[in-house]
Amino acid sequence: MSTTIWISLANIFGVLVAAVLLAALLTWGERRLLGFWQDRPGPNRVGPFGLFQVVADMIKLFFKEDFIPRFADRPVFILAPTIVMASMLLGFAVIPVAPMVGVIDLNVGLLFFLAMSSMAVYSVILGAYASNNKYALLGGLRAAAQTVSYEVFMGLSLMGVVMMAGSFNLREIVLAQQGGWFILPQAIGFLVFFIAGIAESHRLPFDLPEAEHELTAGFHTEYSSMKFGMFFVGEYLSVILISALITTLFLGGWLGPWLPPMVWFFLKTGFLVMIFVLLRAAIPRPRYDQLMQFGWKIMLPLSLANLLATGGVLLWLG
Amino acid sequence: MDGVIAKSVHRASPYREAAEAFVADLEREHSLHSYWLQPDCPDLPTLWVGQENLLPFLRFLKQEISRPFDMLYDLSAIDERLRRHRGDGGNRQPESDFTVVYHLLSFSRDLFIRVKLALPESRLCAPSVSSIWANANWYEREAWDLFGIEFAGHPNLRRIMMPQTWEGHPLRKDHYARATEVDPFTLSAEKQRREQDALLFKPEEWGMARASDSSEFMFLNLGPNHPSVHGVFRVALQLDGEKIVDAVPDIGYHHRGAEKMAERQAWHTYVPYTDRVDYLGGVMNNLPYVLALEQLAGIQVPPRAQVIRVMMCELFRIASHLVFYGTFAQDVGQMSPVFYMFVDREKLFGIVEAITGGRMHPAWFRIGGVAQDLPEGWDKMIREFLDYMPARLREYDGMVIDNKLLQKRTRGIGVYNREEAIEWGITGPGLRATGYEWDLRKQRPYCGYDQFEFDIPTFDGGDCFDRCRVRVEEIRQSLRIIRQCLDNMPGGPYKSDHRLTTPPVKGRTMQDIETLIQHFVNNSWGPVMPPGETCFPVEATKGLNSYQIISDGGTNAYRTRIRTPSFPHLQMIPLMSRGLLVADLIAIIASIDFVMADVDR
Repeated sequence: MSTTIWISLANIFGVLVAAVLLAALLTWGERRLLGFWQDRPGPNRVGPFGLFQVVADMIKLFFKEDFIPRFADRPVFILAPTIVMASMLLGFAVIPVAPMVGVIDLNVGLLFFLAMSSMAVYSVILGAYASNNKYALLGGLRAAAQTVSYEVFMGLSLMGVVMMAGSFNLREIVLAQQGGWFILPQAIGFLVFFIAGIAESHRLPFDLPEAEHELTAGFHTEYSSMKFGMFFVGEYLSVILISALITTLFLGGWLGPWLPPMVWFFLKTGFLVMIFVLLRAAIPRPRYDQLMQFGWKIMLPLSLANLLATGGVLLWLG
Repeated sequence: MDGVIAKSVHRASPYREAAEAFVADLEREHSLHSYWLQPDCPDLPTLWVGQENLLPFLRFLKQEISRPFDMLYDLSAIDERLRRHRGDGGNRQPESDFTVVYHLLSFSRDLFIRVKLALPESRLCAPSVSSIWANANWYEREAWDLFGIEFAGHPNLRRIMMPQTWEGHPLRKDHYARATEVDPFTLSAEKQRREQDALLFKPEEWGMARASDSSEFMFLNLGPNHPSVHGVFRVALQLDGEKIVDAVPDIGYHHRGAEKMAERQAWHTYVPYTDRVDYLGGVMNNLPYVLALEQLAGIQVPPRAQVIRVMMCELFRIASHLVFYGTFAQDVGQMSPVFYMFVDREKLFGIVEAITGGRMHPAWFRIGGVAQDLPEGWDKMIREFLDYMPARLREYDGMVIDNKLLQKRTRGIGVYNREEAIEWGITGPGLRATGYEWDLRKQRPYCGYDQFEFDIPTFDGGDCFDRCRVRVEEIRQSLRIIRQCLDNMPGGPYKSDHRLTTPPVKGRTMQDIETLIQHFVNNSWGPVMPPGETCFPVEATKGLNSYQIISDGGTNAYRTRIRTPSFPHLQMIPLMSRGLLVADLIAIIASIDFVMADVDR
């Protein structure tokens, strides 16, 4: 009995620490990768390969003045950045990393993830609202509109996978892919979810709530020190979370030959994270109305069609 | 090449003919003869008009005369009160304390003219011409701000360069030029309060309503510190949701009094100040200044110096356009191109550094030539760059120009047509993006540009995307010109041996005590330029740039007026951005390619 408790404790802390550490590491990794693609070194001075840059940044952020503007709505202003951290970390709870590794095995794991990712939106909207700043307000408006619209087909795009696996349980979805990864039959679902995932994590080209060239820093204009740091880490957490989820749903999770399951999981997730970074390096930002049009006029019909086709084929196959 | 260039230099003013044709037309078509034609400027017809005749006369020049003057190229003023040389005998200019100068450009005649209005100190009020040329608005505000000349009928005559609380008019001769000429600055609590009150944003002062029938507007203060305004530039936005109802630009944050400084610097020591006007243009800024002075002093520049100048200017045109290209992509959200383009610009600066010793601001042109001869091995560096750059440009085409998302963001955004562009004083790539093939290097070749083979790229859209494409093609044309400079670099001196060149020629000293004194004086005080007025427009990186210089026969300028392209370009922002979204405004601002120092001087 006690061993199972120890195992779950180890799992909980293992996943928690790994997620936070990886997110922190990603702040360095992204800059190195961007540097590599942009003909410049990136942070390479502190420690081996500039790895300790993460530590230096943390120290810097901690010692920055934690400024709350006089005109801000104080309790909400403080609460907002914690929501994104908390909901993203909770999201990791349902990710099956390897056969024995993972915090919890929920029957409605997928729904739990969708709920958590929706929670994260409050962080942005409340932060923007509480800042009482016009740039933040515009950022918040964009975030609200963008996330609400992209969440609609984010959920829909996953239903094909759910139909094929016959379960909302992420572990069972992975096991259902033993015959072949879902990325092949669910290619459209994969694409739609990937795009929606970028929009959920507000990464370029979908970083309109921040859009530094237009809104200076968008919803977190007024944030400084660790409150900003939480938004920052929250964004990287969501990148990793989305990548981990795509791995689970479409790329067969930990499945793979020769290498240990955990390694497969990390390799696939890491690859997806790299794609996230590459997209940021390559693509310009669409305009707000173009983004909405793209969402409602292309992505939504596409995901509905995918749903219909998947359902039809499954019925036909019996 | 050698001989040909020399021929183009020694040609007597090629515009005399156009000027004479204009004067003949004027005499034939203007029945009232309400002007006085100043006889001593045959190449740049200068007409003095009385106050009551000004508006009808200017209207006649814009609308009625055959081949009209469609563009108000520049509007500025001169404080004449301390000026000693104002012509003798038949050339004597009319009595005037302050003169307002209207610089007009006719595209069909290919001719610049000046219309001057004399004002007595007791009644400094001119009729506003903002009803004739839209771009007069800001120019008149500037003249009011810096000279205190009122413009009757101006819609919004407020200070534009100086803070609203400023006392006095800086370009007047009795206004101090340096802080050391007045008592030390103090800021009392009362004064601080007054200054801060003046900063309070009141939409009414900007000509904006707080609400319409259906909605209350949001006012967004974009700048002066904002990542995408390229310097210290402020736009007050009136928003309905994210839609721009009105955008009112606010400039002056980068005003450093470059024109005032010109009045206390020697002719030669002012060259480095010109570098900092369009700070991306480097030696391109020196060019109109030294060309104007050479015209005044009658200096013939040797062919080698001409070709070196052309080569350096085109190098800087590429450098400037590369910055534009990168930041344009960046402002529509594309992160990477700017890094690649800065790498290329760095290579360019390597060449500039090897040749001039400086990078962004080499201040390398001299009155009469350039500072030094080209160093050994310059040709190899340039050839390497010429071979390297085209492939890079092709890569950028794929990355930026052909990018569908970027096209969606910039096509059909910020559109103006050719008539609007001319009405608002738009020159350079912004004008050529409306499909108008007009480039001063072809129209009125200077520095021997007529000896080079190159095309003028144009596109018809008049939108952000085409303004970008024009500049990209211009980079290619500049490469072509540089290649021709490389292959045909003439020999000979790199500086004229005229006595007014700076620094003075060493070979002339050591003859006797007279030449020694002359050399010493010309080195320490600088040369004495003959009295007169001169102006020489050039096609700079961002449009037409010229220095209108008045010499009163001294070692420094009596008045220097810097006409920069960016100033009128910014004035057009409201027209270009109304009804669009904030994100579009950023694309528009990026596509204008301005430098705030070039606006505020």
